[in-house]
Amino acid sequence: MSGLRILVPVKRVIDYAVKPRVNRAQTAVETTSVKHSMNPFDELSIEEAVRLRERKTVPVEEIIAFSAGPPKAADILRTAMAMGADRGIHVQVDEQTPLEPLGVAKLLKKVVEASNSNLVILGKQSIDDDAGQTGQMLAGLLDWAQATQASKVEIGDGGEVTVVKEVDGGVETVRAKLPMVITTDLRLNEPRYASLPNIMKAKKKPLEKKTLKDFDLEAAPRLKTVKVTEPPPRKGGVKVEDVDGMIGKLKELGAL
Amino acid sequence: MASMNPALRYRVIRVYKEMLFMGREYPQGYDYFKTRLHKAFDSQKHLTDESQIMKGIERAEFVKKEIEALYFLKRYRTLRHRYDAF
Repeated sequence: MSGLRILVPVKRVIDYAVKPRVNRAQTAVETTSVKHSMNPFDELSIEEAVRLRERKTVPVEEIIAFSAGPPKAADILRTAMAMGADRGIHVQVDEQTPLEPLGVAKLLKKVVEASNSNLVILGKQSIDDDAGQTGQMLAGLLDWAQATQASKVEIGDGGEVTVVKEVDGGVETVRAKLPMVITTDLRLNEPRYASLPNIMKAKKKPLEKKTLKDFDLEAAPRLKTVKVTEPPPRKGGVKVEDVDGMIGKLKELGAL
Repeated sequence: MASMNPALRYRVIRVYKEMLFMGREYPQGYDYFKTRLHKAFDSQKHLTDESQIMKGIERAEFVKKEIEALYFLKRYRTLRHRYDAF
């Protein structure tokens, strides 16, 4: 069997530690001058791709990091390359008109065909839109096998992929032949830290800049965001005098 | 510090810079981290014995690993609380 050619799409999102604020027009979340970083689930996918290479059971020919987003998404690709991806592809998309999951999936299909990949590892969802659709749509468009919410990935010599998936109340083990789409769950691995020397080295790795036109795609949005609001603030609790008071309150609330 | 071994000097500066870079994501803020890191290195500046300096560098490498682990755990826990109902 020839080696793996892994494609890892990553997304630049608002950092997980930042509390998002809704903008004044209530149309979106404020993104200007807010710290951004790589989607944590995508870090897991990069790490898994690099670990597949380090495990050496199946030769990994190349690991491509891909991102579609504003110019600053290039920084995220540098991080991906610092973690171990060989090269990057950056499709510039205007920040005002972001792609929807289907648009990303269509774009990824073209990238997979152009780079002749046989394994795509995606994060199961992004922490900003939380759509969790791109991987599944991509598998559908490519007509490939897919394993979602992976917590363990093993690839045999013959190209059989065994994936342990996280499902409600347990795990499920599935097996399929390459080519395949895998989406990662939180417990898959422990992503390595992109250290300063590695980021410096990553600056020498090739980064291709493309546009949607290069792939003959248009990204007309199908959905219109009507309104974005913050969740209601937590209401304060009450103090009860004694056990009877507590039971009375619980009955009042219908909990007993 | 002209008498100092230039290779060791380079290693100390490098590990200091790497840690400064990591400090940009420190939960209590970069300024908190920077002042403390500077103090920690400053308090060891009297070291002249090469083996002592090597020990200092090893300690810095150890702290680097600890910070990496701290970042990973913090992110893992936050995400787990956010996405897993329990």
